[in-house]
Amino acid sequence: MSSQPKQEWTLEISPKRSLFDINFRDIWNYRDLLIMMVRRDFVAFYKQTILGPIWFFIQPLLTTIMYIFIFGRVAKIPIDNVPPLLFYLAGVTCWTYFSESLIKTADTFINNANIFGKVYFPRLIIPLSIVISNLIRLGIQLGLFMVAWVYFAFFTDSNIRVTNALLLLPLLILLMALLALGFGIIFSSLTTKYRDLRFLLTFGVQLAMFATPIVYPLSLAAENKRWILALNPFTGIVETFRYAFLGSGTFDWNYLGYSCAATIIILAAGIVIFNKVEKNFMDIV
Amino acid sequence: MSNIAISIEQVSKLYRLGQVGTGTLAHDLNRWWHRLRGKEDPYLKLGQENRRDAAGGEWVWALRDVNFTVNQGQVLGIIGKNGAGKSTLLKLLSRVTMPTTGRIRAKGRIASLLEVGTGFHPELTGRENIFLNGAILGMTKAEIRKKFDEIVDFSGVERYIDTPVKRYSSGMYVRLAFAVAAHLEPEILIVDEVLAVGDAEFQSKCLGKMGEVSKTQGRTVLFVSHNMGAIKNLCSQTVFMERGKVSMVGDTRDVIEKYLSGDSEVDRCKYWQSDFPGKNGVYLKAIRVTDDRGSLESSLTSATPVKVCIDYELTREVKDLRVVVNLLSYDGTEIFSSSDFHYQQGNRLREPGQYTSELTIPGNFLNLSRYYISVDLEVPKTEAFVIGETVSFTVSELVRNDMGISITGRPTGVIHPILHWKVNKT
Repeated sequence: MSSQPKQEWTLEISPKRSLFDINFRDIWNYRDLLIMMVRRDFVAFYKQTILGPIWFFIQPLLTTIMYIFIFGRVAKIPIDNVPPLLFYLAGVTCWTYFSESLIKTADTFINNANIFGKVYFPRLIIPLSIVISNLIRLGIQLGLFMVAWVYFAFFTDSNIRVTNALLLLPLLILLMALLALGFGIIFSSLTTKYRDLRFLLTFGVQLAMFATPIVYPLSLAAENKRWILALNPFTGIVETFRYAFLGSGTFDWNYLGYSCAATIIILAAGIVIFNKVEKNFMDIV
Repeated sequence: MSNIAISIEQVSKLYRLGQVGTGTLAHDLNRWWHRLRGKEDPYLKLGQENRRDAAGGEWVWALRDVNFTVNQGQVLGIIGKNGAGKSTLLKLLSRVTMPTTGRIRAKGRIASLLEVGTGFHPELTGRENIFLNGAILGMTKAEIRKKFDEIVDFSGVERYIDTPVKRYSSGMYVRLAFAVAAHLEPEILIVDEVLAVGDAEFQSKCLGKMGEVSKTQGRTVLFVSHNMGAIKNLCSQTVFMERGKVSMVGDTRDVIEKYLSGDSEVDRCKYWQSDFPGKNGVYLKAIRVTDDRGSLESSLTSATPVKVCIDYELTREVKDLRVVVNLLSYDGTEIFSSSDFHYQQGNRLREPGQYTSELTIPGNFLNLSRYYISVDLEVPKTEAFVIGETVSFTVSELVRNDMGISITGRPTGVIHPILHWKVNKT
């Protein structure tokens, strides 16, 4: 067992790793795992249910009807003369995707401690798979929204109109996904040590919905106070979404630009923290 | 000169004892405050060894300055008592957690089998799980597809391949899981005691597969086990770990001998007052080796029947519990393995309570030698509660015939049964 003069090591495990040493190549090498994980999440969700994927429709539909009743009829929040069903469904679709992805990715370490304790693979695969499998659900729910939209656009005389902002839809979806991912991995990294944050998160996400123009339009806020709501990076996204499909709501490049910047910063911070925690989390979880 | 596949240099791992709770934040802040002023971590007590019985000290070295290298194509065994740091070492090698100091360098892809069936999802079918599990272990989809038939064949569950694995028996589950793992093609394979479950036939199949992998394909295998027989069969070199340190590296035969003999605590009986070995409702209380009259003190002769009594407690109902006694020679060769499995009541259900399982090794069977008794408590193919708790005894007097005349001089062989001879003049 003498030492060789020149060794070509392909792997080095040592405690010293720089903050930004993130192995993206590794994630790419494991892309098949990512696909399998997405499949697993999706299939396991409706195995042994009678309605199967139909649940993806029922949930947003019931929520929307509830909101129409509570916020529309009881609280009488004005919603810019668009059909209430479309108004709330748009908000619910976006918010459901964001909040579910966020809450599920936030449990990455705790829920997968078993697997993580036994085998190595890039840990980021798990939150990525959650965000992507939720994208499939979002796609299905967008389909539901489209059905409702077609009905109102062509079979009623409502004043909805499509705007050019519709071209931004892929960007909006990407922003929602990355924002949920960014927040999610930050929380997942922190909850490994301090479980308290889990309770805070579920509760916080519920509250955050009211700090976002989901059940009310941004235009409801006084003009000089709007910037407070716009500090929330999700505000720009959901308002653009509504503007794109319904022609109502506020579209402002500044809001959207801010959302983009915030998303990138949060995601970058998340990746750095996640990368730091994943190395040793098995010892503290 | 053979190439080095893994090099482990000055590796140490520090673990924190106790629960992470409300005090955590305060400690973290305090530590941060010390670091900010350039002082040492106030909670770190250096130089403490990994002694599970030692009280005090919040941190413990699970590994301390471990150094060794593994050559390419070598099957290296790792042995040591519970708490010696074997599992920690495997965890570091599998990149589940990071060393506190030191570094490990390796050439090639490492796949670790710390458990079989990691990531199996009960709702998915056998087929889907093969792909999922394979991907988790680092195979690409194309690789799995290429090996799929082989995997199914090896596991022997082809009839149920499209059934969700939650409907599998535990044996089938393990077989399928191992089959996936066995068909990995990493340059370095790390195997923990996964073979503790599974029936004997399948176990030998797995061991055979591992041996074949290293011989024909030149892969490096690291194998941790309490099963001296398996270590002996597979590994040319073995590392003996003790209290987080490497105590000996060398030829398997020598290392096993040292492992078994150097252990002064091993005696004819072992009692536990607290910290009973075991888990999940099955706890070992004592192992006693007595003569036929129940005495622990008498010297044993080759004519004396030897009794092995295993005292244990069940705190819940356990079905299909099996108490296994392995008799090993002084150098670790397995002489026989016997269990009480077939000698219990028909329904094989044991109520909670105190039990003693007693095995009698007949007289006129053993040789003049030192023997080891290794005890396992398990539910076959499902769960192992206690593995490899060892006691030893020495047969010190040889009785040659029924008259009880003893002679000196040791016959060769690990056992010396009195067999029936007939001498005929023809």
